[in-house]
Amino acid sequence: MNSLQNYLLLSSLLFSIGFAGALIRRNAILVLIGIELMLNAANLNFIAFWRYGPAPAALTGIMFTIFSISIAAAEAAVGLGIILAVYRHFRTTDLYHMNSLKG
Amino acid sequence: MILAVLTVAGMASAMGLRNAVHCVLALTLGFTGVAALYLQLDAQFVGLAQIMVYVGAVAILIVFVIMMTHRSEPAAPPNFISLWTVGSVVAAAVFAVLAWAICCSAASTQGLPPQPGVTVQQIGDALMHRFLLPLEIMGLLLTAALIGAVVIAMGHKEDMK
Amino acid sequence: MIHLVQLAQQLDQVFVLAKHWLLGYVPAGVQPLCSAVLSVLSVILVFPLLFAIVTWIERKGLGRMQNRYGPNRVGPCGILQPIADGVKSLTKEDIVPITADHAVHFLAPVLLVSASFMDYAVLPIGRNMVIVNLNAGVLFFFAVGSLMELAVFMAGWSSRSKYTLLGAMRAIAQMISYEVPLVLASIVVIMQAGSLSTVAIVNRQATYTGIWPHWFVFTPWGFAGFVLFMIAATAESNRSPFDLPEGESEIIAGYYTEYSGFKFALFFMGEYIGMFATSGMAITLFLGGWSAPLSFLTWIPSYFWFFAKLLTLIAVFIWVRGTLPRLRMDQLMNLAWEFILPMTLLNIITAGVWYYMPTGSIRWFVCSCMVIVPCILLSRGLKQKKRFQVRTYHFTQ
Repeated sequence: MNSLQNYLLLSSLLFSIGFAGALIRRNAILVLIGIELMLNAANLNFIAFWRYGPAPAALTGIMFTIFSISIAAAEAAVGLGIILAVYRHFRTTDLYHMNSLKG
Repeated sequence: MILAVLTVAGMASAMGLRNAVHCVLALTLGFTGVAALYLQLDAQFVGLAQIMVYVGAVAILIVFVIMMTHRSEPAAPPNFISLWTVGSVVAAAVFAVLAWAICCSAASTQGLPPQPGVTVQQIGDALMHRFLLPLEIMGLLLTAALIGAVVIAMGHKEDMK
Repeated sequence: MIHLVQLAQQLDQVFVLAKHWLLGYVPAGVQPLCSAVLSVLSVILVFPLLFAIVTWIERKGLGRMQNRYGPNRVGPCGILQPIADGVKSLTKEDIVPITADHAVHFLAPVLLVSASFMDYAVLPIGRNMVIVNLNAGVLFFFAVGSLMELAVFMAGWSSRSKYTLLGAMRAIAQMISYEVPLVLASIVVIMQAGSLSTVAIVNRQATYTGIWPHWFVFTPWGFAGFVLFMIAATAESNRSPFDLPEGESEIIAGYYTEYSGFKFALFFMGEYIGMFATSGMAITLFLGGWSAPLSFLTWIPSYFWFFAKLLTLIAVFIWVRGTLPRLRMDQLMNLAWEFILPMTLLNIITAGVWYYMPTGSIRWFVCSCMVIVPCILLSRGLKQKKRFQVRTYHFTQ
């Protein structure tokens, strides 16, 4: 694992796994997990570029990743709150049954 | 290398397992693998913050929501949507395009540069001086997200009678 | 006289010197690995031994506080009781419920014990005696501590039983709620010491003016921070008065109801080792780590002071357990979010004021007022809010 290329390949593999999960799974919470996975892959990308980049002393990669982790946590909280509210209405987290906007 | 395999295995099983709680536990393994990769890349603060935030908070939050939305149905719904082949093909195509772009680029096969030696004090200085505006906006955003999540998930008192 | 000073210094560093001597027998290539293995082995040997001794101290101490003898059958004064307990838990049958999730049921105590032992990697037990001097040592400690919550959930959920799930949910809610004041109470120390490294924090406190040490607990913000940290640490380890998730009269045994034999012993050990680790962190942050309390006592070895302070804090834990009644779940949560959290935030402001005021008695007075007055006001204000009302029940639909 000693080159930037390997880290980038790993992060794109994680991204596509998360993407596949977000597209394929039927449970709303697991779609959210896929989104979290994609965010993690992007963060890994940032850190890899920061490490192998020309100016690691500028700390740009680390800063971006710190903010990205915070935003991902906030977004997970809000997304899960929405899922709870939708569950209270539809009584299921199955995406096939959440197909009407009428209350 | 072992870390990479562990992380990919964790994340793949997070997406593929049947039981939702097993998925979350595999996801936690994947998060820890990613944190270990950060530590391998000499980003100590980010790796430890990843464990603390993702494993310690987000995974537990997801687990709580799974518990609250769990119905003990006798027949569990099928896990994948009916068009799962199309979805897999699309994701594989995305990976193929990204991998081709990475392998064709010139500047990505060098060895490891010398260690930057970043201390937490430098991160703190950067947060307070150069990145002060994003920090304040983050605080505002986290407050808004917290209040919003509580309001959305709490529901109205009239619905509960 | 010089010989005595040198003898004291060598006694202080005896474990470090022993490790270097042992590493001399190993080829130079594997020396880092052997050094790590030796350090980890010493932690794995010492702290479970301390756990065994503390179980005996706790049972005797609690017994005396409850006006009864503790264990006194096995050996003189019951001192072989830990060995008897160990033999019992190792020879009991390992029952796993048939509907339990076997993989997760097995992994939960393993994760708990691993997370608890990993906490010791950044605690400085003596001068130059830390396993790894991380630049972000305190952050590592709290990050690994948050792994314990996941282990608790795994234990509770995998047993597929009402009591375990309810106990696990309560335990996790409690642990997350008290993790925030725990971290905030330690931020005060990090602000004053200027570093997240535990070794740097202890080195800041190891200096003396006259005979009094510069421990952070002897300042107003440090004392308040220490008290808040200890309250949060009691709640993090699920000990009385915060042991509703595992109280025997409440919920049988909470999240480890369905565990028996060796796994139960592992849970028990993991919880106590976690308690020792949090006490160790309190000692490192507030009580000066391995430094002696008075400047003329520095000839006593540093690890002796660490373990003396650790045993004192454990005695305080046992004392609190025998004295205070158990808190109800909503009382627990109210305490965390409405009292402890605002107090920690005010403590951070107080520490900032302390840093920027000139030294002298005026800053002692100002900072003490800034800590004591909100404490009194907040506790009075919160007490008057609760009035007894007719209970209404909301049933879920």
